[in-house]
Amino acid sequence: MKKLSARRRHPLAAVVVLLLALAATGGLYAAFAPASKAQADETAQSLAIDEGKKLYSVGCASCHGTGGQGTTDGPQLVGVGSAAVDFQVGTGRMPAQQPGAQVPKKKVIYTQAEIDQLAAYVASLGAGPIVPTKSQVSPEGADVAKGGDLFRTNCAQCHNFTGEGGALTKGKYAPSLEGVDPKHIYEAMQTGPQSMPSFPDSTMPEQQKKDIIAYIKTVNSSESASPGGLSLGGLGPVSEGLFGWIFGLGALIAVAIWVAAHTAKAKKS
Amino acid sequence: MSTATDTKRKAPAGEKVADWADGRLGIYSLAKANMRKIFPDHWSFMLGEICLYSFIIIILTGVYLTLFFHPSMNEVVYHGPYEPMQGIRMSEAYASTLDISFDVRGGLLVRQIHHWAALIFLAGMFVHMMRVFFTGAFRKPREINWLFGFLLFVLGMFTGFTGYSLPDDLLSGTGVRFTQGAILAMPVIGTYISMFLFGGEFPGGDFVARFYSIHILLLPGIMLGLLVGHLILVFYHKHTQFAGPGRTNKNVVGMPLLPVYMAKAGGFFFLVFGVIAVIAGIASINPIWAIGPYRPDQVSTGAQPDWYMGFAEGLIRVMPGWEINLWGHTLVLGVLIPLTLFGVILGAIAVYPFIESWVTGDKREHHILDRPRNAPTRTAFGVAWITVYFIGLVGGGNDLWATHFHLSLNAISWFVRIFFFAGPVIAFVVTKRICLGLQRRDKEKVLHGRESGLIKRLPHGEFVEVHEPLAPAQLHTLTAHEQYKPVEIGPLVDENGVKRKVSVVQKLRAKLSKGYYGENNQIAKPTAEEYKEITSGHGHH
Repeated sequence: MKKLSARRRHPLAAVVVLLLALAATGGLYAAFAPASKAQADETAQSLAIDEGKKLYSVGCASCHGTGGQGTTDGPQLVGVGSAAVDFQVGTGRMPAQQPGAQVPKKKVIYTQAEIDQLAAYVASLGAGPIVPTKSQVSPEGADVAKGGDLFRTNCAQCHNFTGEGGALTKGKYAPSLEGVDPKHIYEAMQTGPQSMPSFPDSTMPEQQKKDIIAYIKTVNSSESASPGGLSLGGLGPVSEGLFGWIFGLGALIAVAIWVAAHTAKAKKS
Repeated sequence: MSTATDTKRKAPAGEKVADWADGRLGIYSLAKANMRKIFPDHWSFMLGEICLYSFIIIILTGVYLTLFFHPSMNEVVYHGPYEPMQGIRMSEAYASTLDISFDVRGGLLVRQIHHWAALIFLAGMFVHMMRVFFTGAFRKPREINWLFGFLLFVLGMFTGFTGYSLPDDLLSGTGVRFTQGAILAMPVIGTYISMFLFGGEFPGGDFVARFYSIHILLLPGIMLGLLVGHLILVFYHKHTQFAGPGRTNKNVVGMPLLPVYMAKAGGFFFLVFGVIAVIAGIASINPIWAIGPYRPDQVSTGAQPDWYMGFAEGLIRVMPGWEINLWGHTLVLGVLIPLTLFGVILGAIAVYPFIESWVTGDKREHHILDRPRNAPTRTAFGVAWITVYFIGLVGGGNDLWATHFHLSLNAISWFVRIFFFAGPVIAFVVTKRICLGLQRRDKEKVLHGRESGLIKRLPHGEFVEVHEPLAPAQLHTLTAHEQYKPVEIGPLVDENGVKRKVSVVQKLRAKLSKGYYGENNQIAKPTAEEYKEITSGHGHH
């Protein structure tokens, strides 16, 4: 102690104290507050983004650019949001197999966890529509009749009365909605993939989307009833006409041939 | 004949009733004249019966539907059993159709029988008409009956269309809008007709009630009259028959109306009803509950009319949207031309019998049917006509062709545009060649017999196939048809060297006639001399 008190007037004493104080506060800060928060970030979000970025560089970057800026082969992904990724990759449309009039739905090659990582990465490029929650897409509390009316007003002109799909120009088409995951229908409305217009919450509130999803589930799913019998694809008069010609008139002609072949005989032989 | 009361003999009850009726209706002479009327047997002669019976089924089921249908466009809010329509605003017509489908006992089945029967009725008439066409059954004396049949087909189309529009659903409403557009495209009178038909601007509040009286009263009334006329003429002319031994232009070989045909026809009616009922029981048609009520601001893709109007739909779908603006008026060629073509194409088949008899100069009666191959030009024309019709149908369903065959809609439209012109030409040429080929084969068969498949080795080593000569009945059938000579204009100068006046029409007729019967347009059938010469030899050449 004598030594310390003897040097307390040393010209460098103040510098040493300052250094010690800085080291103490800096060390304490590093040990406690900011360190714990940084740790949490690492495990969830940024890790997902990192993983997503890796998947992205392998599967998507060749068309959409290394940073999602887009190329001549694929559109920019900044601001499309996680909903768009979840829809495109979750229905197998992306990654695209070949250029064509329209990218078709096909086998999904990523797991849902990988899709979520990709979605996190693309969402980090710029804000956009996000993947809906389970309650947002569940048909509970939805008005099916209102959904039908909304569907006929907004969707039927391309997707047909009950969502059987229809043709667009030059080989493009509105796909059938049969068996499509409600989440994907919701995301398609939010993001407007390919030729489809988007219906953001500002023009079509969440409740209306729910109504539409409930309507599609009622009229075009494995649980929907067809009170009249075979629905013949739900395509209307063309398939009805074909059925009438082939099975209706066809059966009647067969019957006519049978009747004509069994004619009365002048004498019993 | 009513002598039962005069004699001592006690007449049985049946005879008494018959006598009573005869005294008032004259049934004995009617029955005597018609009971033993002979009809020939062939399955294709029953196609008309299919039409007749489906028409009766349509009337029966239609009457049932009128008991529950409200032909009104008053707006109501639905509170029936069909959940996805709860609280939706709709016309009373649509609501009552939902009620027929879900509330009325047997309503849905009857609705479906009615609609399926209508599709089959029209399809049956189409096939029946083609049977008559290809066998030449429209020739004298049956031209008027051909026109009756044609009118029945056209009226059937419009009866079907008005009926399809009655439920006031989104699909049929789109169809009515389409029709209104077609009406508006008629120059000058279009707007007036539209305003008159719809009682003002489209859709107004009247068209369902108006279409209703047209559908259940006006058109079926006319059709019933034509139908009775059609059948009376069939009785009067007697039925045609295919050539065969013992069959001439002056007789009919077959079975009598009573009891054979009465039993057969009666049974066939129930078979037709049964088949249609089974189809209506297993397959849905026009599920209006899934389609929704009509609102002019809504529309669906894949909005097609029933098949018999699909041809008109196709013509309009593939027509480029041309229009001419003159002095503040618009002439919508994009709709007017298809509309005109619709009439022209239908009319072409209607007037064909008259054209053929003019070209061939044949004014005799014909009761023996032609085999289609023996009238190559007629057959080729018929196939060309069907080709145009079918190409139109492809155009009408272009969107479904596109989605189901993964094609471009635009490519299909161009295909239809090109083949609307090229298709009938190709079909005409190909059919004619096929017919001529079949004629050659018939000739070969008559002269050389049937190929038996037996190979014989001759003493000098040559191998020949043994041909079996045909039976006389077969020979008759293959050579019974008449062959015509083309019409000649005659020399262009008369005996004094003066130029004769030959009109353009005469020249055209001679040219067409050559097309029908000239060299290379029919194969000369084997003569008896040719046959004798060949059969007197070894019979294997």
